[in-house]
Amino acid sequence: MTELTAPQGVDADYYRVGTPVADTKAPAGPIAEKWTKRKFDASLVNPANRRKLSVIIVGTGLAGGAAGATLGEAGYHVKSFCFQDSPRRAHSIAAQGGINAAKNYKEDGDSIYRLFYDTVKGGDYRARETNVYRLAEVSANIIDQCVAQGVPFAREYGGLLDNRSFGGVQVSRTFYARGQTGQQLLIGAYQALERQVAAGTVEMFTRHEMLELIVADGRARGIIARDLVTGEIETHLADAVVLASGGYGNVFFLSTNAMGSNVTANWRAHRKGAYFGNPCYTQIHPTCIPVSGDHQSKLTLMSESLRNDGRIWVPKRKEDCDKDPRQIPEADRDYYLERIYPAFGNLVPRDIASRQAKNMCDEGRGVGPMVGDFRRGVYLDFSDAISRLGRSAVEAKYGNLFDMYARITGENPYETPMRIYPAVHYTMGGLWVDYDLMSNIPGLFVTGEANFSDHGANRLGASALMQGLADGYFVLPNTIRDYLAKGPYPKLDENSPAVAEARQSVDQRVRTLLSINGERSVDSFHKELGHIMWEYCGMERTETGLMKAIDLIRSLRAEFWRNVRVLGSAETLNQSLEKAGRVADFLELGELMCIDALHRRESCGGHFRAESQTEDGEALRHDDQFCYVAAWEFGGNGEGGMGAPVLHKEDLTYEFIQLKQRSYK
Amino acid sequence: MKLTLKIWRQDGPRARGELVTYVVEDISPDMSFLEMLDVLNEQLNAKGEEPIAFDSDCREGICGMCGLMISGEAHGPEKTTTCQLHMRSFRDGETVTIEPWRADAFPVIRDLVVNRSAFDRIIQAGGFISVNTGSAPKAEAVLVPKPNADRAFMAAECIGCGACVAACPNAAAMLFMGAKITHLGELPQGQPERAQRVKAMVAQHDAEGFGGCTNIGECSAACPKGIPLDVISQLNHDLRKAGAGRF
Ligand SMILES: Cc1cc2nc3c(=O)[nH]c(=O)nc-3n(C[C@H](O)[C@H](O)[C@H](O)COP(=O)(O)OP(=O)(O)OC[C@H]3O[C@@H](n4cnc5c(N)ncnc54)[C@H](O)[C@@H]3O)c2cc1C
Ligand code: SF4
Ligand code: FES
Repeated sequence: MTELTAPQGVDADYYRVGTPVADTKAPAGPIAEKWTKRKFDASLVNPANRRKLSVIIVGTGLAGGAAGATLGEAGYHVKSFCFQDSPRRAHSIAAQGGINAAKNYKEDGDSIYRLFYDTVKGGDYRARETNVYRLAEVSANIIDQCVAQGVPFAREYGGLLDNRSFGGVQVSRTFYARGQTGQQLLIGAYQALERQVAAGTVEMFTRHEMLELIVADGRARGIIARDLVTGEIETHLADAVVLASGGYGNVFFLSTNAMGSNVTANWRAHRKGAYFGNPCYTQIHPTCIPVSGDHQSKLTLMSESLRNDGRIWVPKRKEDCDKDPRQIPEADRDYYLERIYPAFGNLVPRDIASRQAKNMCDEGRGVGPMVGDFRRGVYLDFSDAISRLGRSAVEAKYGNLFDMYARITGENPYETPMRIYPAVHYTMGGLWVDYDLMSNIPGLFVTGEANFSDHGANRLGASALMQGLADGYFVLPNTIRDYLAKGPYPKLDENSPAVAEARQSVDQRVRTLLSINGERSVDSFHKELGHIMWEYCGMERTETGLMKAIDLIRSLRAEFWRNVRVLGSAETLNQSLEKAGRVADFLELGELMCIDALHRRESCGGHFRAESQTEDGEALRHDDQFCYVAAWEFGGNGEGGMGAPVLHKEDLTYEFIQLKQRSYK
Repeated sequence: MKLTLKIWRQDGPRARGELVTYVVEDISPDMSFLEMLDVLNEQLNAKGEEPIAFDSDCREGICGMCGLMISGEAHGPEKTTTCQLHMRSFRDGETVTIEPWRADAFPVIRDLVVNRSAFDRIIQAGGFISVNTGSAPKAEAVLVPKPNADRAFMAAECIGCGACVAACPNAAAMLFMGAKITHLGELPQGQPERAQRVKAMVAQHDAEGFGGCTNIGECSAACPKGIPLDVISQLNHDLRKAGAGRF
């Protein structure tokens, strides 16, 4: 570590500033030629040598599954890990809407450049141009690959692939398989992966959880994993390690993520030196089914497409909030999005729709049951659409969503307006990677939602599936070979200090968690952390709020290690123990997210700082001060388990796209 | 609401299991079935008893991770997954029995958790199209008639939950397998390997210890995705043709 400086003002108490990130390793030259050049320059590995080179891939979602299949086909020795009972269950399976690709099938003026531009703008100019361009460039190949695998995309009567349009863009470039696009894409990747398992190139470890990264001589060389069935702690060594472990939205407890989604793989690598990029960038999706009570374990997304025909409103008067909405006359309703944003109305971007819903509820005009002190819901009303188009037309378009809503809430949305509320959905932040998708630890690659790279401060709909598959099928296999070509790396002994240290720390942690035997359950800590994050690091953030949150998280973390109760043993399937480890890591991540949010004194994308807004309450960026990626280095095991982290800035240079302030009025 | 639950507890794969009775009070009808079990687990933990192990992940009815026998019905009384079942489907005061999937090919790991990796091995045997990354032709090069695309999609909706096996008196996995045969067989891309696929998958199915199909139809009745019985006809048709070398 070179010299560190203290930041200005209150920030000095929270972090230090280190040297900037100098180089992302993207080749020089015109943007459209960079990827071709990189692929050409990356060293090749002779097919006969590939068998001798091993790669560990943590995660079997779109990013990890696609990479495992592709590297297996190429002949490398792949070890693939997931915590579920089958690779097919990774949370990519839950994606509904679709996947973008610049195919221009509709002849509506789409192009690689337009997809690139839309993605950078959608990300509120906080993404790296070179990576985003490449994403757009390989997008068309993804569709070809998936169709060849048998992914049943929606088709037109002539047999051609169908497209639809998605929020924030003016072209139709989204490919879809009804409301189950993620499922179909993942099954495609899963089948390709299983084919390699049968071929003997991929070894599959299901119900295994990575709990530590092994770094030896400065390189990532393996992982420590726990067999979740037998409890055995295993060492797995390789020439390179890929983390494709998904997003960390569950730090908020309630989110649209799966129950098991977690940050452990990323966080363990972060503690071993990998920088964490933009941890505070969180996407909060405006149309989810609201919380119904304290028992709630997760939130369910309702596709964004509903906003095309539904009108969003709350009562004008607080007194009306518990009335039957059908009894509230037109004149007493506030269609607030249409009022505030006459140009875009109900179709404003996700971040804006979410924040306004929160504002309405904070004013006391929310609807639905009381949750704590507030009603947390707004109406999404289809009565106009039903009288305009007829019930059957609405049913044809949204039938499956209406059914899902009815099943969860027990209400009939054809008769009474739906209630919706924003929910945490996606994390743009993740481990920092260079153009090759390699972290700052040589040999550690990060793909999919787990890395920070392509979406800036806000992700556009249908672009995460695109990124996962782009990384997995096309980018990583080309860049990792350059690293592997320099291998095989010296054989690592199972008893070497690096391995022993990693094993020991896992053993120690498991034993500690089981021995505390305190009073509170893991879930109770997780819920409390979630409340803190949602309240202070959610849709609107302030300096005082974030400082308070950091204090609260620190004391909650201390209490966790004193007072958590994890029953059972380490030698069997023990789901409380699994959860405990994940929550322990969330308790550290939460603090870093708040520090990142505190230091970024601007509003951009999903990060809204109340202190930085225009006169009419819109997000205000400060490109002069914050046009950079915040790459955080772990601060060491200081007081309370975490020392002050070190900020490394990667300046974002926009050579091809001009920075603009977004406006939707 | 108040319910009496009889839940299968089994410490490990080789341990003996038994039904244990629990009473849960203050159940909200808006809770999902698994949230009700979460509440029970919190209570057990507070009392110093180990929580009940059960699988779930997405809790949206799409990952296929959850699955319980609820009073003798796979995924319970509604046509949906266990995670999407809500407590309003039960009556106050009811007694509900909760057991794991029962099948020789799905051994119990602990309590309500079973090992379904036999399904992965059936897919390994042939449930794929052999196309390496990068060697795909342009997507628009092959047209797929909409009816075929739609039928392929219908079959591809299978979430691999295993309810069909659990519901079948013979513990057959024919519906699961038929769904994959139909998905890939409806598409032009799936044709070259069609004969090989069905033979290899069926051989693996039998080797795993799943039973044979005797046309009872419980599988399709229990399937949360409504996979129809005719995918089994498709499977048998393909198997006959493959055996006769007629593809
Ligand atoms: C409800 C919902 C709807 C969405 N809809 C869309 C959409 O329409 N379009 C779109 O583009 N995007 C959508 N997204 C976002 C998109 O689905 C995800 O960002 C993307 O699928 C993530 O893929 P991934 O491969 O990075 O991670 P995941 O699919 O989450 O996979 C993570 C993998 O890592 C494994 N893992 C994690 N930690 C460990 C560990 N410690 N040890 C071992 N294994 C581990 C897991 O087992 C799993 O296999 C949606 C997201 C949600 C939640
Ligand atoms: S066919 Fe139906 S019941 Fe059987 S595994 Fe598939 S989704 Fe589950
Ligand atoms: S938990 Fe995913 S289908 Fe039930």
